[in-house]
Amino acid sequence: MAQAAMTDTAESPSRPLGLRGVIADISSDQRAFKNVPWGKAMMWIFLLSDTFIFSCFLLSYMTVRWSTKVPWPNPSEVFALNIGGQSVPLILIAIMTFILISSSGTMAMAVKFGYAHDRRKTAILMLVTAAFGASFVGMQAFEWSKLIHEGVRPWGNPWGAPQFGSSFFLITGFHGTHVSIGVIFLIAIARKVWRGDYDIQRKGFFTSRKGNYEIVEITGLYWHFVDLVWVFIFALFYLW
Amino acid sequence: MAHAKAQAHPISVYLWTWGLLFVLSTFSYLVDYFHLQGQLRWSLILLFMVLKAGLIVAVFMHMAWERLALIYAILVPPVLVLVFVALMTLESDYTLITRELFFKAGL
Repeated sequence: MAQAAMTDTAESPSRPLGLRGVIADISSDQRAFKNVPWGKAMMWIFLLSDTFIFSCFLLSYMTVRWSTKVPWPNPSEVFALNIGGQSVPLILIAIMTFILISSSGTMAMAVKFGYAHDRRKTAILMLVTAAFGASFVGMQAFEWSKLIHEGVRPWGNPWGAPQFGSSFFLITGFHGTHVSIGVIFLIAIARKVWRGDYDIQRKGFFTSRKGNYEIVEITGLYWHFVDLVWVFIFALFYLW
Repeated sequence: MAHAKAQAHPISVYLWTWGLLFVLSTFSYLVDYFHLQGQLRWSLILLFMVLKAGLIVAVFMHMAWERLALIYAILVPPVLVLVFVALMTLESDYTLITRELFFKAGL
């Protein structure tokens, strides 16, 4: 019964909407976020805190870039690749962007099939998402080693303001770490979905609690957030 | 399991969003490819960025279908970051002016 009280998020359809609904929800007893499982609300709050971390990184990058007298290296040229003797600007970054967007698409469909209790499709789509993510990290490793080879360091680079290196390694490194953790998270949950943990009500190894398909949506929230952060990094760091 | 169908939307919604994100990313890449400069570059890059972020949050993260209490709790605090942006803009301008006044070669 206690279990049911904790996971049953169904609310009577008569709850007020709009601003009146906000006040009613926030001031209601015990649960402010109606229709949302607690795990999902917690993931959103974690993502909010992560938003502030990435905001601080991007803001410090903005500050050092605007306050330096030395010209900033042109990202369009720094991140260009030679393809067939021709320099194509930002091509690797563009491919990485498309890969991450595609991984978000497969993740969104995995969530949908998860709620439809289609174990096979959910697990496959999550593994495809993880494969996209892993290839993204691989390309980032390629990009890093290329730049390090060309002499970019956190304290200097051959083309201009030394702050370029520290901003680049901090921001893309932190994002790449998020992607890597997301890949591990995806594989772990995909394994549980594949095994049918959420259909046979198997208890979790660490938590000893029964899970359900909401975890697929929670994993998805994390993954879409990683894509969301990349949208801002792409626009503010690479296209600026 | 009354809530199991809470976030079940037709698959076409996701495919359309996916396609739109591809198109918007291509546009923002083309801004750089055609070397657009100045205010046009800036307004286009920021416009595509905001549209992409909005699509991801609203559709992929299902924010469009949540109750207003959660939407406000999650989306209002990041808006305050804009105040921080304004503060740091002033700060970096000040640092730049100081450097131009006192350093011959930049640091």
